[in-house]
Amino acid sequence: METFLGIDYPTWWFLVLGAVFTGYAILDGFDLGAGALHLFFKQEKSRRIALNAIGPVWDGNEVWLVIGGGALFAGFPKVYASLLSALYVPIMLFLLMLIFRAISIEFRSKEPMAWWRKTWDISYSISSTLLALMLGLVVGNVLLGIPLDENGNYIGDWLDLLNPYALMVGLTTFALFMMHGAIYLVMKTEDKLYAKLTKLVQRTTIFFVICIILLSFYTLLYVPHLTESIKSDPWLFPVPVLMILSIANITRQITKKNYLWAFLSSSVTMSMLLIIVFLELYPTILLSTVDPAYSLTVYNASSSIKTLKIMLMVAAIGVPLVAAYTSFVFWTFKGKVKLDEMSY
Amino acid sequence: MSVEVLSRIQFAFTVSFHYIYPPLSIGLGLIMVIMEGQYLRTKLKVYESMARFYTKIFALIFGIGVATGIVMEFEFGTNWATYSRYVGDVFGSALAAEGIFAFALESGFLGVLLFGWNRVGPKVHFFSTVMVLLGSMFSAIWIVVANSWQQTPAGYHIVGEGMNARAEITDFWTMVFNPSAIDRVIHVWIGSFLAGSFLVLSISAWYLLKKKHTDFAQHSFKIALVVAAVASLSQLFAGHRSAEIVAKYQPAKLAAMEGHFDSLAAADLYLFGWVDKKTQEVSGLKIPNGLSYLLYQNTTTPVRGLNSFPEKDRPSMVNFVFQTYHLMVAIGMFLIFWSWLLIFLWWKRKLFQYRWVLLLSMWAVFLPQIANQVGWYAAETGRQPWVVYNHLRTSDALSKTVTANQVLFSLILFTLVYALLFVLFIYMLNKKIKHGPDTHDPDIQHSPQQQSMATLLE
Repeated sequence: METFLGIDYPTWWFLVLGAVFTGYAILDGFDLGAGALHLFFKQEKSRRIALNAIGPVWDGNEVWLVIGGGALFAGFPKVYASLLSALYVPIMLFLLMLIFRAISIEFRSKEPMAWWRKTWDISYSISSTLLALMLGLVVGNVLLGIPLDENGNYIGDWLDLLNPYALMVGLTTFALFMMHGAIYLVMKTEDKLYAKLTKLVQRTTIFFVICIILLSFYTLLYVPHLTESIKSDPWLFPVPVLMILSIANITRQITKKNYLWAFLSSSVTMSMLLIIVFLELYPTILLSTVDPAYSLTVYNASSSIKTLKIMLMVAAIGVPLVAAYTSFVFWTFKGKVKLDEMSY
Repeated sequence: MSVEVLSRIQFAFTVSFHYIYPPLSIGLGLIMVIMEGQYLRTKLKVYESMARFYTKIFALIFGIGVATGIVMEFEFGTNWATYSRYVGDVFGSALAAEGIFAFALESGFLGVLLFGWNRVGPKVHFFSTVMVLLGSMFSAIWIVVANSWQQTPAGYHIVGEGMNARAEITDFWTMVFNPSAIDRVIHVWIGSFLAGSFLVLSISAWYLLKKKHTDFAQHSFKIALVVAAVASLSQLFAGHRSAEIVAKYQPAKLAAMEGHFDSLAAADLYLFGWVDKKTQEVSGLKIPNGLSYLLYQNTTTPVRGLNSFPEKDRPSMVNFVFQTYHLMVAIGMFLIFWSWLLIFLWWKRKLFQYRWVLLLSMWAVFLPQIANQVGWYAAETGRQPWVVYNHLRTSDALSKTVTANQVLFSLILFTLVYALLFVLFIYMLNKKIKHGPDTHDPDIQHSPQQQSMATLLE
């Protein structure tokens, strides 16, 4: 098979997909987390500041999901088709939650009535929470594998998707996003809200540490196929080590109140977790629990090599551009949140 | 109902609802660029308050457009898995390119456009507005390219058979510039400019009728009118080009649009009418041999009729295609008439004198919206039974695992949520329009030079 820098093209696209979804987790992770924490803030002004902390960037963050969806469709259409039709009900609920979240952010501060704002606050927080849980649920099911027949069609019941392992991954994702969101918010706030958030950062970090330890034990003890890659190649061992060290560093930086470093560490934690996910999956993307031969891999599910080459060109041009203007936007809105007449 | 019917209803419903918003974003984006450009050039405060006011309207429209657009991207996989496997190589590429080149540009700079007024200088802000417009226009390019490839496939070959058959790209640029792509992109852009400009005309007309924000409304009205007049006239040519392409590459669709059954005869052009599929007759007002003349500049050239296609390869809803297409054309013609009448009144310096003119301008906001919708209905029902023209039938494109109950469940949810969304949208739009531009806001900081310019003018 044709290679580029020693790596074949389907694998390259798998790496691109990994990079895009990692970018998505880091970026949308903090605004979903901020949403999940929203109801912890009791005062009207605190809620507005928290909302406007993500105000100019949440939409751009969500774009990474759109890019990820497109990248999956273009590079591995069979995975895109099988996964989305298998997860029909959860995906539909996911899409509706995305809509609710978007309109909650958009409409919340447009009316002064207390009931109006409270309703949208609740809708915003619940939809953010469910989105985080559902993202984890999808990842959990992909890790575990789903019943696919020889044509890649799902033959299970959709309620099977709510299995304990997937729920545990969902909970961990939720905890991770809350921690990530709390750290982001603490960087953007001042005074009393800042003081409150410093406590929330500690609590969400503890919650995440408990979840990740439980999930690690669960995986190591009961899901052996998810440990094989690293087990068989000791050179990959630094990845989980780096994950643990980055988590340790989050707690260290929080104690020192270096929140930017804590945020970067939590981003590294996310990257390492996703690297582990992608390492353990490869070369399979969607494992069939009916018969491993029916599994969709980077080789049997990919688009033609020609298309992958074209898409790699597109990614090579597009990703630096996106990174450049994403940085520009974050730079423009750096520092603590100040409300003005255009704010949410 | 079957999975196929339900899935088609769901797709049609979600995409129609979505398509209310992107054309408004593109059209309003263009007008905002003109307004802000005028502000940079003249430093007149009225242009600044216009740009700020319409940015707020834009934010509302854009927000709902994004929320309903993400649904579309995933619906291919959820409801049309077989189709997704078949076209992923081609269609997926266009969709991914849209995400990375267009949508990211748009959403990235939107933050600066909405919240950056006091954070960046006027030139950087203007640049951001231009980027948002370009992003939304690029978005239209890739989506329409993807759709056009399904109508007039090119630059691909079919690999495999039966369930495993799929299209693969052989030439990327041939795929992108497939025969109908460029003309349809232009057609869609102009339709969007019409939607945006008639929205601004409508809002301005309402202010003028209420005698509120008069100076603001008159300036906005004129900017929108220039866009509307140029766009409506250009659409005549762009639309004609699109129809010629349909005639060449999708003759069955053209025959349905014009209610033409007989294969060997020269075709008439109906201004309006009613198609009876059973008797194969159209009753209405026609220009004899008009279609032949319009397509081939010759009244005797025969046009391929529906009867020359096997029954199973013809669009089934002939009258629907005919009516939607004719409604689009009729509205297009009216928009030309109306915008140029307004131009004439402007030239006579009577633009804002007649109440009925303002009243009609206010209600005309619905016309481009209806034309955009029915135009797509004609395009999409006219190409049936194919989802990829001459290659994949819509009935073969479904997800095999999804049941009718699941689709019914999601369709009901979408109906409820979109109904709520629409009510909220109209309520918010109405509120923002009633609130009007911020005439005096102590929080907005102006540079000393702007401040003195402003006082000089007042």
